[in-house]
Amino acid sequence: MSIERGDVEKIAYLARIQITDAQLDKVTEDLSRILSLVDQMQEVSTEGVEPMSNPLDMVQRLRADQVTEENQRERFQAIAPATEAGLYLVPKVIE
Amino acid sequence: MEWEAVIGLEIHTQLSTKSKIFSGSSTAFGAEPNTQACAVDLAMPGMLPVLNEEAVRMAVMFGLAIEAEIGKRSVFDRKNYFYPDLPKGYQTSQFEFPIVGRGHVEIQLEDGTNKQIGVTRAHLEEDAGKSLHEDFHGMTGIDLNRAGTPLLEIVSEPDMRSAKEAVAYLRKIHSIVTYLGICDGNMAEGSMRCDCNVSVRPKGQKEFGTRTEIKNVNSFRFVERAINSEIQRQIEILEDGGRVIQETRLYDADKNETRSMRSKEFANDYRYFPCPDLLPVVIGDDYIEAIRQSLPELPEQKRQRFSEQYGLSDYDASVLSASRAMADYFERVAEVAGDAKLAANWVMVELSRLLNQNNLEIEQSPIPAEHLGQLIQRIRDNTISGKIAKQVFEDMWNGEGSPDHIIETKGLKQVTDTGAIEAVVDEIIAKNPAQVEQYRAADEDRRKKLIGFFVGQTMKASQGKANPQQVNEVLKKKLEG
Amino acid sequence: MHTKTAAEISQDLQAGKYTSVEITQVFLQRIKQIDSSLNSYITVSEEQALEQAKAADARRAAGNAGPLTGVPFAHKDIFCTDGIRTTCASRMLENFVPPYNSTVAQKLLDAGAVCLGKTNMDEFAMGSSNETSYFGAVKNPWELSRVSGGSSGGSAAAVAARLTPFATGTDTGGSIRQPAAFCGLTGLKPTYGRVSRLGVVAFASSLDQAGPMARTAEDAALMLQAMAGFDPKDSTCAERDVPDYLAALNQPLDGLRIGLPKEYFGADLDPAMADLIQAAIKELEALGAQVQEISLPNTALSVPAYYVIAPAEASANLSRFDGVRYGYRCENPTNLDDLYMRTRAEGFGDEVKRRILIGTYALSAGYYDAYYRKAQQIRRLIRDDFVKALESVDVILSPTTPGTAFNLNAMSADPVSMYLADLFTIPVNLAGLPAISMPAGLIDGLPAGLQLVGNYFEEARLLNIAHQFQQRTQWHTLAPQGVPV
Ligand SMILES: [Mg+2]
Ligand SMILES: [Zn+2]
Repeated sequence: MSIERGDVEKIAYLARIQITDAQLDKVTEDLSRILSLVDQMQEVSTEGVEPMSNPLDMVQRLRADQVTEENQRERFQAIAPATEAGLYLVPKVIE
Repeated sequence: MEWEAVIGLEIHTQLSTKSKIFSGSSTAFGAEPNTQACAVDLAMPGMLPVLNEEAVRMAVMFGLAIEAEIGKRSVFDRKNYFYPDLPKGYQTSQFEFPIVGRGHVEIQLEDGTNKQIGVTRAHLEEDAGKSLHEDFHGMTGIDLNRAGTPLLEIVSEPDMRSAKEAVAYLRKIHSIVTYLGICDGNMAEGSMRCDCNVSVRPKGQKEFGTRTEIKNVNSFRFVERAINSEIQRQIEILEDGGRVIQETRLYDADKNETRSMRSKEFANDYRYFPCPDLLPVVIGDDYIEAIRQSLPELPEQKRQRFSEQYGLSDYDASVLSASRAMADYFERVAEVAGDAKLAANWVMVELSRLLNQNNLEIEQSPIPAEHLGQLIQRIRDNTISGKIAKQVFEDMWNGEGSPDHIIETKGLKQVTDTGAIEAVVDEIIAKNPAQVEQYRAADEDRRKKLIGFFVGQTMKASQGKANPQQVNEVLKKKLEG
Repeated sequence: MHTKTAAEISQDLQAGKYTSVEITQVFLQRIKQIDSSLNSYITVSEEQALEQAKAADARRAAGNAGPLTGVPFAHKDIFCTDGIRTTCASRMLENFVPPYNSTVAQKLLDAGAVCLGKTNMDEFAMGSSNETSYFGAVKNPWELSRVSGGSSGGSAAAVAARLTPFATGTDTGGSIRQPAAFCGLTGLKPTYGRVSRLGVVAFASSLDQAGPMARTAEDAALMLQAMAGFDPKDSTCAERDVPDYLAALNQPLDGLRIGLPKEYFGADLDPAMADLIQAAIKELEALGAQVQEISLPNTALSVPAYYVIAPAEASANLSRFDGVRYGYRCENPTNLDDLYMRTRAEGFGDEVKRRILIGTYALSAGYYDAYYRKAQQIRRLIRDDFVKALESVDVILSPTTPGTAFNLNAMSADPVSMYLADLFTIPVNLAGLPAISMPAGLIDGLPAGLQLVGNYFEEARLLNIAHQFQQRTQWHTLAPQGVPV
């Protein structure tokens, strides 16, 4: 499968990474090379093979429903780029 | 042309756990912004989720309550999108393998018939934070206290055909989750939020029309109005020869119309994949059975019991079992009163009237169930008449205390002393010779009508306290001489 | 003093030959003198290190010192350290000071080990040469024109150059073993789930695993003992006891069954590497091991599958870096998308962006089945190959890497050629097995590593074999030539 400039623009937006027009060709080429490596997977049949997301056959452990965390807003917001009145600030969200 | 609406609902239900679904932060409502957002909720680097056992238990309770298949191996996935109220850049949700599979509920329609609505699935996921749009120098403020609150998203089949059916279904889900105690049902605080999928088609056509999704409607009334206005909008488009666009819309309650939310629609591709920080949730038959044994009586079972045990009509039984709070209130009144039918009447007529007038829920009733029960007792033991009871009831509503206290301090006790009643009757007869003459001249049938005048006068003279039955008997005897 | 191993320092401290403050000062001084030529540290936390050393000496005086109390070490800059900057070698986290410790950092702190600072790495652990670091490449102490390997290249260079006795690393596709091989060290990637991932900045969650990087197997055992164990805050962390790794070091190797995967010893393997491995096998045979050929038929699919799975997980893991709650934020964003897109374009380097984009593509509508699902299926085939092979042998032996450390800038123009060089290490992460790399000789004056893959949770066995090998060989004692040691 080959990837084109338009695909790259689309995924760059999905990933929220700005790519300038000047960078687009180079990025498209790099990604194409990686995809041709990855495409070697298509040579083998995996019919009926259960996909594996985790190497261990473990199951999810459950936590007791207890409040264990205390308010640490001051510490967390001390490292935030922009806050006011205890809120994180971002450019205006339009709905 | 005659049109038919096709409606499906996605209901987001906040589960009433103490802590969040994947962290130990509190879920209490109304805290100062970001004081209940820990490192996990804030998606600080390296932070990891651990699943809350109570969220799983509550989801299974719901699944059993709607007779659904329980997912014995459910999987959490990441739903990827960027939004400032979503700290990780993905929502941890369930996609391919939800914890609750196909189930169903019954709704009661206005014409007295029942209809089954299919539930496609219900899955566990985390809530997002909140964006505050007041102006911070042209910026939006983000509060992440709500981020990570457990949600059960309940997805229905497109089985509803009117806004009324949709509301009846929403009410049924509301009553199930509150009965189970897994959600406080507080729609005003966002504990239940509803996405409505709406389409219309010519009546008789099999294929669905193009649907739109109205996001985040948060009251029963708005669900009905939003769906009706959207149905109307779609019909108008179609009748003008246009086409409905598949899109997400927002309901504007002030204007009573829905509007397009194109900003959210643009280039959505959620790229779901299994969350590698969480493992499959595997539950066994023993676990499921233990939860089944612990289930409380559900609305449907309660409705049946009410009509059988108390001899109530289907309608009365379903109204009184609609919410757990209502059912509990009614049963307490009935128990104290010793008469379920009278209790049902008082709750459904007098109490409901005042609650509606004052926009209150049964939980907020100023009259405790015990007091209403005692009031009915006083009617039954002839301490007061039904008419006086209504006056006492008003006083109870206004916070004047128990019925016995009101009857006592206001001297409303019914007069049952025959001597005292005879004295009043003698006085009335003496005052109204013409009417007495008329009565005595009348035939049996006419007398039955004429006696009403004397009863009225006597009751008035006794300030309503005389026992009406005794008054009748004494009058008959004296008038007939 | 700086040439001593951690085990030796531990004994000396116990014997009162010197204090923790003294040995800590020796290393801090050495870092100041030498590291400008290597660039192995991003942050040296001198003040905190001396405080910790003082506390360690006090603890020893109070009579409750453990084996690591007072022993200096360094953290790969991917482990969050409370109050100490944690950058992940990215501009995105250039000024990020976490208000919490990773579990590994906390465990080492509790053990009384003294953290000298945070070592350089490939940005977000994405790379095999330590050239993707925002803070510049790390040079190989054996030959300064060569790479130290990656992504834990700073830890490897620092340990090799005796700028710390040992260091932590993380390994997603070989990031402990490959730099260990390139710098002549012993590095262990534990079984997935053996060491907590909490507070370790995530690259690919189902592959990442933290482990020790040291000069000897004994030091690695000492360090793993402190790092390993159940963490209730990591759902993927195994709930099992940690064995006594040191006690297992001296078991004899009689009857040890070693498997040689024929797919790893193809005709294209560098003859010098093949000879070196054969020589190492002879040593192991002399220790009582028996060697047999095995097959891991799906080996060739490992790298392609890895370059779907790791980027896919990374694409989601790195979405949290959005300029809202911490880390880099672009200047004067005009709207929300501008905030996201410029913050991430400016905050991430090229390799990180490439992998996020590949991962996004592999998960996107229409490609999920062909890429992501397919890779997950292949992952199972690869794991099943290992599980089957480990029914007939105890460990699987191979070179750690096809060659020795390559020249700086040699591969950076072509990412794919660098990806392919990880073909011996990547399958192990896909299977989640433990593996160790140990020094097995020199090729043209540069160290080469031998990899042993064990069965799940058999780290003790791997450390035992490496230790026995190191009792017979001197490779692990050789000092690099590029810096004064
Ligand atoms: Mg939904
Ligand atoms: Zn949802």
